[in-house]
Amino acid sequence: MLRYIFRRLLTAIPTLFVIVTMAFFLIRVAPGGPFNQERGLSPEIRANLEAQFGLNDPLWLQYAHYLGNLLRGNFGPSYNLPDFTVTELFAKGLPISVQLGTSALILALLLGSVLGTIAALNQNKLGDYTVIALATAGSTIPTFVIAPVIQLLFGLTWKLLPIGGWGDGALINKIGPVLTLALPQIAIVARLMRGSMIESLRSHHIRTARALGLSDWSVVVKHALRGAILPIVSFTGPAAAALLTGSVIVETIFSIPGVGRYFVDAALNRDYTLVMGTVVVIALFTIVFNLIVDVMYAVVDPRVRYD
Amino acid sequence: MGTVDMATPETILSVKDLRVRFRTLDGAVEAVKGINIHVNAGETVAVVGESGSGKSQTMMAAMSLLASNGEATGHVDYRGRNLLTMSKADLNKVRGAKISMIFQEPMTSLDPLYSIGNQLMEPIRKHRGLNAAAAREEALKLLRLVHIPDPERRMKSYPHEMSGGQRQRVMIAMALANDPDILIADEPTTALDVTIQAQILVLLAELQRKLGMAIVFITHDLGIVRRFADRVYVMRYGEVVEEGEAEALFANPQHAYTKMLLAAEPTGTKAPPSANAPVLLEGRNVEVTFKIGGGFLASEPLLLRAVDHISIRLKRNQTIGIVGESGSGKSTLGRALLRLLPSDGVIRFGDRDISTADRQAMRPLRRELQLVFQDPFGSLSPRMTVGQVITEGLLVHEPSLSGKQRDQRAVEALLEVGLDPNARNRYPHEFSGGQRQRIAIARAMILKPKVVVLDEPTSALDRSVQKQIVELLRKLQADHELSYLFISHDLAVVRAMADYIIVMKQGKIVEEGPTEEIFSNPQAAYTQTLMNAAIDVTRFRLSA
Repeated sequence: MLRYIFRRLLTAIPTLFVIVTMAFFLIRVAPGGPFNQERGLSPEIRANLEAQFGLNDPLWLQYAHYLGNLLRGNFGPSYNLPDFTVTELFAKGLPISVQLGTSALILALLLGSVLGTIAALNQNKLGDYTVIALATAGSTIPTFVIAPVIQLLFGLTWKLLPIGGWGDGALINKIGPVLTLALPQIAIVARLMRGSMIESLRSHHIRTARALGLSDWSVVVKHALRGAILPIVSFTGPAAAALLTGSVIVETIFSIPGVGRYFVDAALNRDYTLVMGTVVVIALFTIVFNLIVDVMYAVVDPRVRYD
Repeated sequence: MGTVDMATPETILSVKDLRVRFRTLDGAVEAVKGINIHVNAGETVAVVGESGSGKSQTMMAAMSLLASNGEATGHVDYRGRNLLTMSKADLNKVRGAKISMIFQEPMTSLDPLYSIGNQLMEPIRKHRGLNAAAAREEALKLLRLVHIPDPERRMKSYPHEMSGGQRQRVMIAMALANDPDILIADEPTTALDVTIQAQILVLLAELQRKLGMAIVFITHDLGIVRRFADRVYVMRYGEVVEEGEAEALFANPQHAYTKMLLAAEPTGTKAPPSANAPVLLEGRNVEVTFKIGGGFLASEPLLLRAVDHISIRLKRNQTIGIVGESGSGKSTLGRALLRLLPSDGVIRFGDRDISTADRQAMRPLRRELQLVFQDPFGSLSPRMTVGQVITEGLLVHEPSLSGKQRDQRAVEALLEVGLDPNARNRYPHEFSGGQRQRIAIARAMILKPKVVVLDEPTSALDRSVQKQIVELLRKLQADHELSYLFISHDLAVVRAMADYIIVMKQGKIVEEGPTEEIFSNPQAAYTQTLMNAAIDVTRFRLSA
């Protein structure tokens, strides 16, 4: 198993290299540059700025410099937020996004699994229809509708929650954004869980467990649930990578200083180094979470063996 | 198996006017229509019937294991208490303790995620309230009882690490864990190789002698019934059509259906092709090796030789039966000869060497080299009409045909396999297993092939349907001078189909020769084991 993990981490290196290379050149293909849209920037100043950041060097040289810096863990300065390096921006914003994303993920997994199981156990009955209706609503109502509604109801009308802001990470400030992030995920997990649980309950070994006179609790929780959890485990990999790297919409609406905004802002402003930093972070999260998922698979299912 | 020496045997289970209904999209379907069955202490009762007869659903209903759309009415009285109206808590004191059950699917009936020990201990702890250490001792005892070698180590094994036969032994151990009065065995050997079948049946007989429980065999296999059962119920379309003492029923069957079942063994033999018939498909030193594992930084891959230096010559109008148990490489050989798998050695079709032919080179030959699979349910696309399924090959091999001509060919092919031509506008799920196998055969025949590889084409079918398919295949062979490679583990069917037999074990040929020679005088020890096991199970049927 350790050997497998080691091997997977090794293969991550070429993967990351390809991603970094493609992102580096693709963003350069887009017209414009980091200092183009600033009005009133005289050509001389712009030329100076570009020279200072090495943007006039041949592209291959810039690429080589970037790779060299990246290998030393240096993401470079942000072009549009000149007081900060990309590393500093992530050091400040990433923990915030990760906190919100982790909370939303855990909430989604717990609540979604429970709802999905309830639906499966009551297949084609009222409980099932209720969960399906909620899940459909949850996955069809967009985040940019849910978030303002939460602000309106809990913030303005009932005054239970702050309307926005991070408040140095106070619990009460997290509730709104976490709920908004979690709701669509709860819906997805519930639907997945319902399907796999129905399948699991129909399997032959569940029939065996019932024929042996085992209690409903043992049949459902010990035998059916563990088998049904596997699709949820696979789902968790990409979901975690997406949730933990922040959401533009949620962070913007709730005024949260996370990293979700960077991807869009940086791409629009041609803030090359920040775009690259975001790409590397998301790629790393994706690679690591997919590895965790594969390891979890082997933990849950003894038939899965890596060596 | 043990008749009870009591003067008046005590009836412990009595099923009275049991009805089972399933709610389906097409309305309610009645699977069991008011049957009466009883089981006496210590006896062996067989419930016999073909698929769809309701034999399994009867026992599923008795154990409250029906699918969620099923509903049972009537009485299933165990020692005077109706199981159908019992509370779930009370029912769970009977199931697995007083009445237990083993199933047809040993490969999937154990939970793949828990160790054997864990699964064995669970019902022991539940019903007897033992602590973990005591339950562990009991579980070990049970594993020894069902002759699992090295039980301490096996306690930690997972189901996927065991063979089908061993898994069925574990199932039996679980079922007997709490010393039940009744063991219901639902087709317990159907999914197993013939030598393993015999071992499991012998084990059940031995355990019944030791423990004295009654056994209810649900089976389609009259050989098992004749050999093991004291009393028999014959079921058809949800009704019991005949019942009685096993000896009497076999000696003098009353109902036409019972007579038909007894006569359903495929009979007849196949004459060898004429001596100067040309060799159509030939393999010389064919070898197929599978690589397991390996890859970047991984440990050395494991090489598995599935087909090991096999030579075979199939003449026109000949049927070669390839016999062997699962894992013997017989299907792999069939696929390699059709170039569906990469292999080493020389393969010739007619006068062409196709050993190295790639997909493109093989494509024009595919119409002459056809394949029919075992599974009549999985091998037909559920989203295509039967007409589309069987004419699909024509689109590739005879693209010049108009839609109308293709339809005409579909009609001819369906008539040839004995189906109504109107079937072409319907979907595969509307047909029974036997009909689907006919559709699969029509799909191969429409291309007018020369060689057809038949991979267990009758194994998933009821005996009486098997017989019809065997007869159909023989007729098609006679009409078109076809050559068959008939892959099967079923010696009775092979005997009726093939004029030459190859016996395979672990990728090698252990014996080959003309069918009658192999059957009358098997040389290799393995062939003899295979024959004896088959005869053990079917002895009485062969003489019936």
